[in-house]
Amino acid sequence: MVFRKLAIAAAVAMAMATAAHAQISDGVIKIGVMNDQSSLYADISGPGGVAAAKMAVEDFGAAKKGMKVEIISADHQNKPEVGSSIARQWYDVDKVDVIVDVPTSSVALAINQVTREKGKAFLVSGAASSDLTGKACSPNTIHWTYDTWMLAHGTGSAIVGTGKKSWFFITADYAFGHALERDTEEVVVKSGGKVLGKVRHPLNAQDFSSFLLQAQSSKAQVIGLANAGGDTINSIKQASEFGIVKGGQSLAGMLVFISDIHALGLQTAQGLIFTETFYWDRNDASRAFAKRFAPQYKGNMPTMVQAGIYSAVLHYLKAVEAGKTDDGTKVIAKMKEMPTDDPLFGKGRIRADGRKIHDAYLVEVKKPSESKGPWDYYKILATIPADKAFRPENEGGCELVAKK
Amino acid sequence: MTEIFGIPTQAFMGQLLIGLINGSFYALLSLGLAVIFGLLNIINFTHGAQYMMGAFVAWFLLNKTGMGYWWALLVAPIAVGIVGVIIERTMLKQLYKLDHLYGLLLTFGLALIIQGLFRNEYGSSGLPYSIPSQLAGGQNLGFMFLPNYRAWVIVFSLVVCFSTWFVIEKTKLGSYLRAATENPELVRAFGINVPRMITLTYGFGVGLAALAGVMAAPIYSVNPLMGENLIIVVFAVVVIGGMGSIMGSIVTGFGLGVIEGLTKVFYPEASNTVIFIVMAIVLAIRPAGLFGTQK
Repeated sequence: MVFRKLAIAAAVAMAMATAAHAQISDGVIKIGVMNDQSSLYADISGPGGVAAAKMAVEDFGAAKKGMKVEIISADHQNKPEVGSSIARQWYDVDKVDVIVDVPTSSVALAINQVTREKGKAFLVSGAASSDLTGKACSPNTIHWTYDTWMLAHGTGSAIVGTGKKSWFFITADYAFGHALERDTEEVVVKSGGKVLGKVRHPLNAQDFSSFLLQAQSSKAQVIGLANAGGDTINSIKQASEFGIVKGGQSLAGMLVFISDIHALGLQTAQGLIFTETFYWDRNDASRAFAKRFAPQYKGNMPTMVQAGIYSAVLHYLKAVEAGKTDDGTKVIAKMKEMPTDDPLFGKGRIRADGRKIHDAYLVEVKKPSESKGPWDYYKILATIPADKAFRPENEGGCELVAKK
Repeated sequence: MTEIFGIPTQAFMGQLLIGLINGSFYALLSLGLAVIFGLLNIINFTHGAQYMMGAFVAWFLLNKTGMGYWWALLVAPIAVGIVGVIIERTMLKQLYKLDHLYGLLLTFGLALIIQGLFRNEYGSSGLPYSIPSQLAGGQNLGFMFLPNYRAWVIVFSLVVCFSTWFVIEKTKLGSYLRAATENPELVRAFGINVPRMITLTYGFGVGLAALAGVMAAPIYSVNPLMGENLIIVVFAVVVIGGMGSIMGSIVTGFGLGVIEGLTKVFYPEASNTVIFIVMAIVLAIRPAGLFGTQK
């Protein structure tokens, strides 16, 4: 008899458990963090991005809530074909529910497409192209941390505002560089400036002297660097060698991360002005996060991309909990419906086009004498409010907005 | 203003000079490869990693012991050369009797391991290393601003390249070396310690890579991946010059630097493929390379 009672109890318990998790496929929420784990963008998110995702799962308290969350990761080597084949494998075979991060816009655009076909979820932190919420927008994708429009307007307007109106672009020759150059050029031209020339370099180039020389002889007042990571580091380092700033031209790093500044050193990087959406030393909450993050990734402070991964995963899990489903399209809809709130980016929301909005910060790199030590690098010059920082919803050409 | 192919002469001259500067790195690196291949018949795929190690030794010396650039130019090649000697003694030695392919696989595997270890420890963004104060600043040549450090790179690498060529092609020591590769048994019969000579030659080739690494440290950031892409280009240089030809690798190194530099002006998108296009053409016309001899 005792045995029978137990069996019934167990059956009932099981039935209840299944009811509660009815919509969680295979009972596990599987998060795939995909990024550059080994090359020029690896310090921007890379293994540190995986660590940030794990911290989000921990802070959400998944284990206590009885939700089973698993994180896997992969290296897309900055190649769209590698990225989309991993994505297909993850979705079809490994039962991954959501892909997170994916720097390198060309790869992100490919995965954007795959995710939409499969009806899964895609949370972009590392990629920059504003097309992800423009003509390529999707009901399955949210673009979290920053984008090329925001960088162009944040940094571009600030520099044009100082009266420097003639520009020359050094651009990484792929989707991201093109988008960043296009968005910045638009800002420059709109505010009465002009673009004197541009040169496109292959991704992961080592030597920029030839391109810098072309920029120098263009006599443009501003040399806009529409590249990222290792490419930006080498451009800035070599620009200082060729006396570009001393010769009266200004450098505008259109996309610079704190890991780049760390690699350059303040002596070379001082005075650069650019836009970020996260700085670890901004308030108590960001400092607390950074303090926990550092030991997990070589003592580095988190970049905005890593902070974005944390914030995106946290909101994703909240939406899964609230909607009681991990169905890609439904979770994304739920995420858009719920206001966002986390310690790193504060309160914000996600628009219909998939754009997550929050404040952005115009920062200037400190002089070596102003810095208290490693990672004390930025002065925040201005805060760009969330509703001004990103492209207005109706201007991106996103079909999801037009339908309304 | 006069123009060459539609670009102003001044800009053209500047690009030529930049090409030569990059060419001097290609020449230094391909020289080391050519020495190792010519005398040991080993295709040294670890060369890029050894170049990177040279730059890292310079960084360590500066940050841990306070020794600056000039000391690094001396110490780094020796330190990395010793690592090379250990690799040769313990691993490469076993492979001389086998096909080239085994040496290539071993050195390729070692390169992946070394780069992986450095990347794990130091990340991918690299570490800062400044130009030595004596070489800071630059000269205005009228057609371009030439940083002093880059001028130094050209001059120094020309000196190193031609001294190496001289030692191997024109001195008694060089003739022993060349004889030892042609017929090791006979040379040994004359009482010369051939295995030790070969070990030291490998050490020297590796030292050249490390020297190039130290020279690159102030220009590119000291980065675990700095040799990864370069090694492929440098191999193309060696193949174009003719495997094992010392003069071939020097001339081709500088020449391809210039060709690549000009491509960056006329069609920058192709700048990292132009060397391979040249390689394909050369292989089609002269399979042994420009300066190579058919064996």
